Amino acid sequence: MEVVGTLVRLIWELGVYLVTVLPDLLPIILALATPLALGALCGVLNERSGVVNIGIEGIMLMAAFFGYLTGFALHDAMGSGPSIALGILIAVLVGALLGVLHAWLTVSVRADQIIAGTMMNIAAFGVTGYLNRLVITPSGRGGAGVITPFHLPDQIANLPLVGPILVMFFDQGPIAMSLVFIVIALQLALFRTRWGLRTRAVGEHPKAADTVGIDVYRQRYLNVILGCAFAGLAGAFLTLESTGSFQNGMTNGRGFIALAAMIFGRWTPIGAFAGALLFGTATALGVVVAVRVPEGDLGGIMRSIPSYWYAALPYLMTIVILAGVVGRSTPPAADGVPYVKEGKG
Amino acid sequence: MIRLRSVARELWQVASIPLLAIVLAFIVAAVVVVISSTFTSTGFDVFLPFGAYASLLAGAFGSGTALSNTLVAAAPLILGGLAVGLGFKAGLFNIGVAGQFLVGAFASAVVGSSLATSPTPVGMPLAVVAGAVAGAAFGFIPGFLKARTGAHEVVTTIMLNNAAVLLLTWAVNDLVRAPGFSFPRTGDIGNSALPILLGRNVHLGIPLAVLTVFAVRWVLDRTTIGFEIRTVGQNPNAARYAGMRPVFITALTMTLSGLLAGLAGAIQMLGVIGFYAPGITASVGFDSIAVALLGRSDPIGILFAAILFGAFRAGAPLMQIETSVPIEVIDIIQALVILFLAADLIVRRVFRVRAAKPVISELATVTQTWAGGTSPAEPS
Repeated sequence: MEVVGTLVRLIWELGVYLVTVLPDLLPIILALATPLALGALCGVLNERSGVVNIGIEGIMLMAAFFGYLTGFALHDAMGSGPSIALGILIAVLVGALLGVLHAWLTVSVRADQIIAGTMMNIAAFGVTGYLNRLVITPSGRGGAGVITPFHLPDQIANLPLVGPILVMFFDQGPIAMSLVFIVIALQLALFRTRWGLRTRAVGEHPKAADTVGIDVYRQRYLNVILGCAFAGLAGAFLTLESTGSFQNGMTNGRGFIALAAMIFGRWTPIGAFAGALLFGTATALGVVVAVRVPEGDLGGIMRSIPSYWYAALPYLMTIVILAGVVGRSTPPAADGVPYVKEGKG
Repeated sequence: MIRLRSVARELWQVASIPLLAIVLAFIVAAVVVVISSTFTSTGFDVFLPFGAYASLLAGAFGSGTALSNTLVAAAPLILGGLAVGLGFKAGLFNIGVAGQFLVGAFASAVVGSSLATSPTPVGMPLAVVAGAVAGAAFGFIPGFLKARTGAHEVVTTIMLNNAAVLLLTWAVNDLVRAPGFSFPRTGDIGNSALPILLGRNVHLGIPLAVLTVFAVRWVLDRTTIGFEIRTVGQNPNAARYAGMRPVFITALTMTLSGLLAGLAGAIQMLGVIGFYAPGITASVGFDSIAVALLGRSDPIGILFAAILFGAFRAGAPLMQIETSVPIEVIDIIQALVILFLAADLIVRRVFRVRAAKPVISELATVTQTWAGGTSPAEPS
């Protein structure tokens, strides 16, 4: 009985603790979730049209690098603002270009989709590492700078209840701020527009879609390229909005956590966003525990967990969520299956 | 004479695409090197790739030392390649070799250092076994999850790689940190080191890796388990109707795959590194994927592919010193090789080869099981 009592008290304390830190944590959670959500949107758009893309990680990394390189190279000539804006644009373009490559490999050449994605990841690691050593490291200059996040006026931020939520979405840089609009727009587009219907049709039953006159190849190309542009935006967020520097392999598995968020969200934009927020919360918890330790027994327990375990939490959570959710969610029926037009061997 | 010709044709069918993919990868990488040479201190240089590739060859095969470096670099790649290749045979894609390698290296470092003063015949085999067992246990996790829940191994193994790096860093910091060093690390392996057989660094792990090639080949070709693994890889549904156990085979294959990767970590630890410290990089992970694809997931093919990639890894430092072409060009070449193997249509068009077999047919199963599409657990 005593054990149960202690447990209940600890859970109560954890709840109270979370409620007290949550307002300060919300903006951090959204910032941590942004690259995951954008990557997950890439996955949603790809897989809804029937193309598996495990190269999101690599596309993010490439876009992060080239976006950074642009901002870095033009920083002195153009000043921080325009160079960063151009960097973001380049990152999105790089993402879209890699999308063309992935679409060509998977749709036209009908290469194995998992291997094509693996190639993307290894290539990104190699190309960015190569150019980083060759171009950025020797110059020894400072970074590209970051966007200064927007700040809500105090009167609004201090509003009860609504204040923290507004702060969460608007005390952000432009990419994180636009995330929620992108998510809603894509949700509507996917389920309320002709384009969305066509996308889902080629992902569920390409042959049927083909018979009613939908160009399966064109639709898949479009979706893969658009999706990868979002992965590019995720890369831009990492180097130009979040950290302001580039390190080799800095995506650190985010592309794969994004895939887990996509599966968690059952291949819908809003669901994927929720999944990304969950992973963002897990990561943020590790950050905040180090800064603001709760009191009492709970604090003792939370402090005794080494920081490395908190850092590993998102990865372990991905595994648990995949194991728990996959069996109960159904991917698009033609996911990963190349389409062969009749009469074209 | 006729027999010889048919053997040659058979060999060409199997090896032409991988060999031509490498040739094409080097050509494309040369273009990258030429273009990027504008950023170097020496400026634009059309002949830079020739110099770079010459140093690469010299660093890999140019001297006795170079040759033994190639062999030493190849040994973990042989085992890592076998790990990935065995997974492919069962229709599984183990991207977790990097993590299993680290866990294996760590376990053999811990056991090896605690037996550092025991006689070598005691400490060394125990440390090797510890690495293999740890790798197997770490491979079992994604295998079990795939078999039971359908969680795809492509994501779970990558996540385990990331978790392994963090948790091993914690373990070295808080659990097994050796006293008297300014940075966190385990103790030295001392007597548990693999004996040096030849020259400065050719250690016992190299023949061990080669022996493992034949052991894996034997298991795949001559045992019931091997037959079941291959059948599940070709067609999980057919295997199920034939009364085989895809769920069991999936978990078992990932465990064996992890065992091979852990063994790779063990021999690298006990033959080369000597102690575990955070920040040990495992380029073995990605290299193994390229090796397995290049070797068509056939053990003998993997042996040759591993020696080739071992040569790249061994030769790259000299290339970077002599021509200032970054060693990361090897990663680019590696990605290009995989690109041309995945899209072998490109190779077939460029070199006009027709009579060649597809690279690995079981890959279709890997993609089919994505996101639980046809997970082995489904109908049961």
